[in-house]
Amino acid sequence: MNWGSANDFFAMGGYGLYVWGSYAVALALMVLEPGLVSLRHRRARRHPDDQDAQE
Amino acid sequence: MTAGILFTVAARDLKLARRRRIEALLPVVFFVVAASLYPFGVGPELQMLREIASGIVWVCALLAAMLSLNTLYVSDYADGSLEQMVLSRESLVLIAAGKALAHWVLTGLPLILASPLIGLFFGMASGTIAVMTLTLLLGTPVLSLLGSVGAALTLGLRSGGVLILLLVLPLCIPVLIFGAGAVTAFDAGLSAQGHLSLLGALLLVSGLGAPWATAAALRISIAS
Amino acid sequence: MRFFTFAAPSRFYALSGVLIPWFWLATVCLTVLGLYLGFFVAPTDATQGEAYRIIFIHVPAAWMSMVLYLVMAGWAVVGWAFKARLASMVARAIAPTGAMFTFLALWTGAFWGKPTWGAWWVWDARLTSELILLFLYLGYIALTESIDDDRRADSAGALVALVGAINVPIIYFSVRWWNTLHQGASVSIAAAPKMAETMLTAMLVMTFACWAYAFAVVFMRTRAIVLEREAHTDWVKALREDVP
Repeated sequence: MNWGSANDFFAMGGYGLYVWGSYAVALALMVLEPGLVSLRHRRARRHPDDQDAQE
Repeated sequence: MTAGILFTVAARDLKLARRRRIEALLPVVFFVVAASLYPFGVGPELQMLREIASGIVWVCALLAAMLSLNTLYVSDYADGSLEQMVLSRESLVLIAAGKALAHWVLTGLPLILASPLIGLFFGMASGTIAVMTLTLLLGTPVLSLLGSVGAALTLGLRSGGVLILLLVLPLCIPVLIFGAGAVTAFDAGLSAQGHLSLLGALLLVSGLGAPWATAAALRISIAS
Repeated sequence: MRFFTFAAPSRFYALSGVLIPWFWLATVCLTVLGLYLGFFVAPTDATQGEAYRIIFIHVPAAWMSMVLYLVMAGWAVVGWAFKARLASMVARAIAPTGAMFTFLALWTGAFWGKPTWGAWWVWDARLTSELILLFLYLGYIALTESIDDDRRADSAGALVALVGAINVPIIYFSVRWWNTLHQGASVSIAAAPKMAETMLTAMLVMTFACWAYAFAVVFMRTRAIVLEREAHTDWVKALREDVP
């Protein structure tokens, strides 16, 4: 185990902003992307004739 | 199979351009104007301008060469001669090479001739200007060759002009690096030979590959 | 995957529908494992402190961005050469995900660079090449999306992707050369510490996690594209009737 306490974990030795800034954006993108694809899929199912269907 | 068709196509384009002389001059005017803007942005101090001159000249040359690209195949497409070219028994690769040659004569060559003027504006030494002109001589044909691929791919598209830029500019980065790098190296007293050799290699590779890619792109664009 | 090249889009649609949940399961499990290893097992780095832990997402993202470009180009060329529609659809589906990973590599690279080297952006050879890769992805997407005719769009995209793929080594070489010429070449973000074995393992696990994610999302997007393009077929029309 590397961390003395939960606070230590979030602080990341002073680099918290950078570490969590990176992982937060990664998580956001990897939730947003499938979400948008899912919307596109659902739209395609309901109106497959729509030629301009885009993400 | 002779290469005659290459020169026939190029000569035809040059003849057509003679009727639209003003339009043919636009890229070189842009080149001079754009390069001249930099001192207004960064200040008139010649020492500093000389340091960034090679990069500025090359970037402006790059953009100027790209500007005239989207009309490369448009008029041929419009009057049906492009379709003739594709259907003809002549090699489409040689035709594409001929068009690229014409583009270089009309756009690249004027840039090369205008570049010493910019060199003067930026306080470059005369030896350095000579090297810069040489890099443009080697590099502008590559821009025409790579650009013709972009022009063929975006034929008939509404956003053609900007799209060509987005597609072709990243591919031109090596030319930019070695072209400007040669000038910088020479100015610093080092040898520009390595850079110039690499530029020559890029010219060779694109001279062989780009017309082929352009021909393929033309077939793709016309097929629909 | 060669099986899919000539498979009917309807077959792919059915099969992928079954596989996707498993890809998501793999993604979650591998991510949990990878992050656990990265944050709780791998030790602190002597020089970079805790900031180095960004590599567990930065490096996998960078690898994915490069591999996906090649895979995308590969399928696009297959689709073009063999007129295999599904292959072309997969290529189109890969592009946005590849671009996403490229952006993520750049973002995390910047966030890693700031504490380590003091600047949000440096013209490090690898970061610069990633930036150019992003431009290549955007060019592919812009071109294919602006052509209405699907077949022309797919073929044009294949040519662009192929030309891009061939140029990537040339671009990388020239950028590396350019980088060493103009700076003291000492600025290299991924001059990573000597990797303890646990660090390497965590990075590999995270890479697999990203792979599983990529499969899931790309398959999802391909299914959407299949529905869009095959709208006129009976099986798609039948599907529509199932929707409430």
